Amino acid sequence: MAEGIKNKVAIIGMGCTKFGELWDKGADDLMVDAFKECIEDAGIEKKDINAAWFGVHFEEQSVGKGATSLALALKLPFIPVTRTENFCATATEAFRGACYGVASGAYDIALALGVEKLKDTGYGGLPGGPGLMGTKNALIMPKLTAPGAFAMMATRYFAVYGLKPEEGKRMLAKVSVKSHYNGARNPKAHLRREVTEEQIISAPIIAWPLGLFDCCGVSDGSAAAIVTRADMARKFRPDPVYVKALQVALSSGEELMYTRWDGAHVETTYRAGKLAYEEAGVRNPREEISMAEVHDCFSITEAVTMEDLQFSPRGKVNEDIEAGRFNHDGPQPIQPDGGLKCFGHPIGASGLRMIYEMYKQLQGKVQLPERQIKNPKLGLTHNLGGFPPMNIVSIAIVGL
Amino acid sequence: MVGIKSYGAYIPRYRMDHGTLFMAVAFLGSFPAPGENAVASHDEDTLTMAVAAGIDCLSGVRREVVDGLYLASTSQPYMVRQNSALVATVLDLQSSIRTADFIGSTKSGTTALLSALDTVKGETSGNILVCASDCRLSKPGSPQESLYGDGAASLLVGRDEVIAAFEGSYSITYDFPDRWRASGEKFEHAWEDRFIRDSGYSQFITEVVSGLLKKYELNIKDFAKIVFPGLYAREHGAIAKKLGADPAQLQDTLLSTVGDTGSASPLMMLVAALEDAKPGDKILVASFGNGGDAMFFQVTEKIKNVANKRAVKKHVASKKDLASYEKYLAFRNLAPMDLGMRGEISIKTPMSALFRERKVILSLCGSKCRRCGTPQYPYQRVCVNPDCGAVDQMENYRFSDKKGVVFTYTGDNLAASIDPPSIYGLVDFDGGGRFWFDFADCDLDSVEVGMPVEMTFRRRYVDEPSGVHGYSWKAAPIRA
Repeated sequence: MAEGIKNKVAIIGMGCTKFGELWDKGADDLMVDAFKECIEDAGIEKKDINAAWFGVHFEEQSVGKGATSLALALKLPFIPVTRTENFCATATEAFRGACYGVASGAYDIALALGVEKLKDTGYGGLPGGPGLMGTKNALIMPKLTAPGAFAMMATRYFAVYGLKPEEGKRMLAKVSVKSHYNGARNPKAHLRREVTEEQIISAPIIAWPLGLFDCCGVSDGSAAAIVTRADMARKFRPDPVYVKALQVALSSGEELMYTRWDGAHVETTYRAGKLAYEEAGVRNPREEISMAEVHDCFSITEAVTMEDLQFSPRGKVNEDIEAGRFNHDGPQPIQPDGGLKCFGHPIGASGLRMIYEMYKQLQGKVQLPERQIKNPKLGLTHNLGGFPPMNIVSIAIVGL
Repeated sequence: MVGIKSYGAYIPRYRMDHGTLFMAVAFLGSFPAPGENAVASHDEDTLTMAVAAGIDCLSGVRREVVDGLYLASTSQPYMVRQNSALVATVLDLQSSIRTADFIGSTKSGTTALLSALDTVKGETSGNILVCASDCRLSKPGSPQESLYGDGAASLLVGRDEVIAAFEGSYSITYDFPDRWRASGEKFEHAWEDRFIRDSGYSQFITEVVSGLLKKYELNIKDFAKIVFPGLYAREHGAIAKKLGADPAQLQDTLLSTVGDTGSASPLMMLVAALEDAKPGDKILVASFGNGGDAMFFQVTEKIKNVANKRAVKKHVASKKDLASYEKYLAFRNLAPMDLGMRGEISIKTPMSALFRERKVILSLCGSKCRRCGTPQYPYQRVCVNPDCGAVDQMENYRFSDKKGVVFTYTGDNLAASIDPPSIYGLVDFDGGGRFWFDFADCDLDSVEVGMPVEMTFRRRYVDEPSGVHGYSWKAAPIRA
């Protein structure tokens, strides 16, 4: 393996807007809001930024193609701005671009900003349309939605591990109860109401077996990070957060078209996780990763991600869920900010929102003391874009 | 010897009881006779049913031997873009074949069959597949609504090894204006029923059958089965009596179980007659529509070799009641239904891409790796087997005739659908290959992981602004 990114880049400032159905905010407002908090946190001026990476997925909903919308919204002074798009990993890809930009020595300071304005479609759920997977797929794939695509993984998980639908749904309900608990305590989160297992299980079915509370929020929002070379970081602040690993894995086609994949896990998460642990020098992720924000677009996604990231043994996540392992007061808190489930999921901002939570937790600077996790060392973020048999996964590990 | 080599049929799963119809339209003074009609699901039309009948007919036949396809219908989706060419592509027939659409009259089914027989007799083609299919729209409350049913028949016409030898034909033509539909119109117009019955149906069937008997010096009693469509149940018997036939010789019209399937009707009845036929039987077939065609066949010993056909009998028996008239209207787009704004997202087919990918999209062909033997859909240039990865070592591989099992599935209430939930899932094919498909003809409660499925060609959407009828393959529970 190559030398890797570990300890070469530091985050010196971050910002994140409130997520939600922000009817009175456009994409440019969200970009300005996230950037304002970010640059104040970093204590630098706009002219200090050498380059920027800009993430947005559904550009047709808000900002159009290219990266000019960021440059124009922030009035960036003729610096290079690159747009990234890689499904739900879009923001993490922007962050990766900025990190590699400073790590290479090409730039001293770089900005990564992700934004998504989803609530201008006129209907619930993500924007639909036949173009998501290309011309040929639009003509041969089922007319699926995101909940349907992930519901198929729940169906499969239940079948592979012999769970009756009611057992499986109860396992998944506990995942959402935890995220609602965390989201209810986070002022920036989209969905801020606690719900009970019974409410979750009896909620309307969106895509069998997933019900309303198995699905994450569809939100507007933006998040940003300013990174610099690790050796310069302490010039800006005493508590920079260091990048330990950045990995990405994409489906090879074997999940969808070959008959080896079991359908009850996400192969790319497992592969990217393995590489990220190697890059960060993590030997026992269950013990060494203090906390994580994973891509809980649906409750089942979080459940299998615990297994794919080796936090739980294969087929055994239910035991850890039952034991409260991933609760805020558990040994390995997951989704401390409420996750996609409750913090919300503006596609192109989510990766940076996750890193924002890890950054604040590591610095001990979470706004409300009851949200603070005690002495975290390493935080992991994980995005899964696309569908279980056909996707991209990005993983970042950050620490002090 | 020229004749019929194989047969097949298709009847949609849904039936609408005339009681359901009566409850809905009685206020208009419409009183349908007891019975039920076969009605196409929301994703079926004339072409999907023609394909299904063709698949039934071609089971056990090498597709390479087919060198012609004639399609008969009065409800074909396209006026320009040959419907038979589309069906031929979907059936993965070779490109060096002759195709033709026979349209405009309910006798077009028999005319297509006669033309195929003549073409083979003239030795310009060896084996012609004839498909007749109708899925006619009728105005809610109209007499046609309870009369018309949806269905298709298919016959393979060839020279050797025939199961029924073609013995002769007689045709008559009148510009009989019983029903008409001008270009661009959605519904048929009809003149008074009594006129159609007395001046047309009764006269023409008698004339064309008598003409055939006279031409070939036959006696009506010679026939094991007499096939002619039953537009009017009582008149059907009266015509037979007038011809001197015994009621036992009459082939069931399917009128109370399927309905009048238009151009497909006489051929579906012929298929049903062949299902029960014995070597040596003579079968007389006549059609009605702007005159009519009559022809007769003699069944051969080869009839004993016919196997694994669903044909008419199994399809009639395999059914599900469509108890909601409103759903029927929605399926046929006869009442605008709100699918939400998600349902308003328009779908466009790039025609150049459709043509380029026709084997994948329409023929459901993928590839099979010559090096490792892995079947894969859609066609791949780089082998998907991670232990192989061979490049450009592929041969074509047809999935449409492969069965499979459900690997996983869901019922999606978010997806815009006229029949929610949208059921779809991943299918593992027998012999290898996996892909995801929409599911057809199933209820969520009956689907499970491991359930066997077969592939069925269905309409995916109709884009009215562009006039495009889009199609794709779906997986469906194996129909009994």
